[in-house]
Amino acid sequence: MAEEPMTTRHIPDRLQGRSARLLKSWESLLVVVAILIFTVNSFASPYFLDPWNLSDATFNFTEKALIAFAMALVVISGEIDLSVASIVALTSTAMGYAAAQGFDTPALVAVGLMTGLACGAINGLLVTRLGLPSIVVTIGTMSLFRGIAFIVLGDQAFTSYPESFAYFGQGYVWWVFSFEFCLFLGFAVFYAALLHLTNFGRAVYAIGNNQTAALFSGVRVARVKFTLFLLTGLMSAIASICLTSRLGSTRPSIALGWELEVVTMVVLGGVSILGGSGTIGGVVLAALIMGMVTFGFGLLNVPGIVMSIFIGFLLISVIALPILYARLKRRMAH
Amino acid sequence: MNMLLKNREALLVVAILALLALITLRFPGFIQPANLGRVYNDTSILIILALGQMAVILTRCIDLSMAANLALCGMVAGLINVALPGLPIPLVIASVVALGAALGAINGLLVWKLNIPPIVVTLGTLTIFRGSIFLLTGGQWINAHQMSDAFKALPRADLLGIPALSWFSIAIIAIVFVVMTRTAVGRAFYAVGGNPHAAVYTGIDVGRTRFLAYCLSGALAGFAGYLWVSRYAVAYVDIALGFELDIIAACVIGGISIAGGIGSVPGAVLGALFLGVIKNALPVINISPFAQMAISGTVIIIAVAVNARAERRKGRVILKKAEAH
Repeated sequence: MAEEPMTTRHIPDRLQGRSARLLKSWESLLVVVAILIFTVNSFASPYFLDPWNLSDATFNFTEKALIAFAMALVVISGEIDLSVASIVALTSTAMGYAAAQGFDTPALVAVGLMTGLACGAINGLLVTRLGLPSIVVTIGTMSLFRGIAFIVLGDQAFTSYPESFAYFGQGYVWWVFSFEFCLFLGFAVFYAALLHLTNFGRAVYAIGNNQTAALFSGVRVARVKFTLFLLTGLMSAIASICLTSRLGSTRPSIALGWELEVVTMVVLGGVSILGGSGTIGGVVLAALIMGMVTFGFGLLNVPGIVMSIFIGFLLISVIALPILYARLKRRMAH
Repeated sequence: MNMLLKNREALLVVAILALLALITLRFPGFIQPANLGRVYNDTSILIILALGQMAVILTRCIDLSMAANLALCGMVAGLINVALPGLPIPLVIASVVALGAALGAINGLLVWKLNIPPIVVTLGTLTIFRGSIFLLTGGQWINAHQMSDAFKALPRADLLGIPALSWFSIAIIAIVFVVMTRTAVGRAFYAVGGNPHAAVYTGIDVGRTRFLAYCLSGALAGFAGYLWVSRYAVAYVDIALGFELDIIAACVIGGISIAGGIGSVPGAVLGALFLGVIKNALPVINISPFAQMAISGTVIIIAVAVNARAERRKGRVILKKAEAH
């Protein structure tokens, strides 16, 4: 779905200063939105500013954000992975099956991670080896992976998880800081470093901006893309371990529709869906915003489906508003 | 053999025939003409939707909101029928087709005027449309006894031994076929997807063409909304949940290139029928319906791999290594 640059590019005479750029960046807009939502929520409900409540609220987004980090890299490289929620379901099913056979927690985690990696490898091979468009491949594997979960489980559920397995989704590291939230922070730092500080990260941007140019500059395009799909598979597996542990059960419909929420999180975070730009900081902020909105609405007894309308509007308006603003500014200048 | 591989429609016909032969080995009754007619009738709605999606995909866009649009229009059709039971059904249909087209126009305008990537736009409107059903009804269902008899009877009405639902899909196949092959706007869909820059130089407004494609897919989704609700005689928030993927799957299987510009009406119809045959065959050959999802996933992957092979144009490879990366 390559979009063609129809308009001529405006090249300014001089670059803006570092601080001016920072002030006008997408991330600062997100910070403002986040503060706004935080303030509105604190006034709207007296229960919002309770540390334990806020800690509970983090569960709304941590698992999805874990996937969103890897997804951000995939989207920056110009691809997309719509099969993540199905990988969560298949991974959870594999772990549930292993648990039913009497395996203990370390073995379950290993089974989960291997399943996720295998799914990612299938996506990666189809995209890089056969050169197929990732949007179609992952729509296919999305059906396939969840379909396997349905074949295994049908209308049944796995619930026989060992007690120690509950830690990943329900345990606390210190005070109100849950294991999941710490995992979220840890991976945020890891992915920010990977994307913004390493050669690998530069290669991801290069591929997203111009794949052919990247190839001729010596970037191993296929290998980088394959690694990215492996990473999304792995992160989906980690999210699946947390989610399964938190719910304590596996049904084939687990994490249904998450792929849309994860993509929304990534796009809201300022990652261009056409590839080539975006930051992990933006994705972290988008995760916080989506989590706070869902939690705030929950406290006000707003039904989930109304929240999803809001997320839909948010997704379109955060992209539309800067475009409208730029157009207005151009009109004023003339 | 090579000719056959190159011609996607012929390949699909062979695949469907092979599938039918396999099914017949397990359950001979499946290829009775009456049963095949039922399978076609059951696939009619998917065919109508796939044709709308095809127009959008041809212009290098995608419409993920079709199923949500269908659900919203179906609910509105139901609500109109409950509020005004005496209103003639053609008027009900006309109003939901208009509503569907308007919802499609929203997608189209966002893509055209604001240049927002289609996948983002329709991902957003998908949740908004479906959420609107909840806002409209508060989660209430409209059940069979609340709908008027005329409302429910139309898709089942018999004409020359074929139900009206099938006739509707046949009519729409014919209309879309004529539009795609005999009108300027139909050719513009192909031109815009095949090469947007060249399309601009031939005087085609790329944005406007995409807008029209979205209006078409919206209108067809609206019509399908009425058909769905009247056929199953129930309307609620979650009807056709996840159906957007079936629609895209039908298009991909039918050889419509997700990169735009390539695809045909017979292809889309055959792609939908392929899925329809699988869906209807699984229960009779004793395969759990739970397997359907995995099977259609596998079929999508195989179809896209076959398509990619056919689309690779040898003449354009200038730097062999670059092509292989």
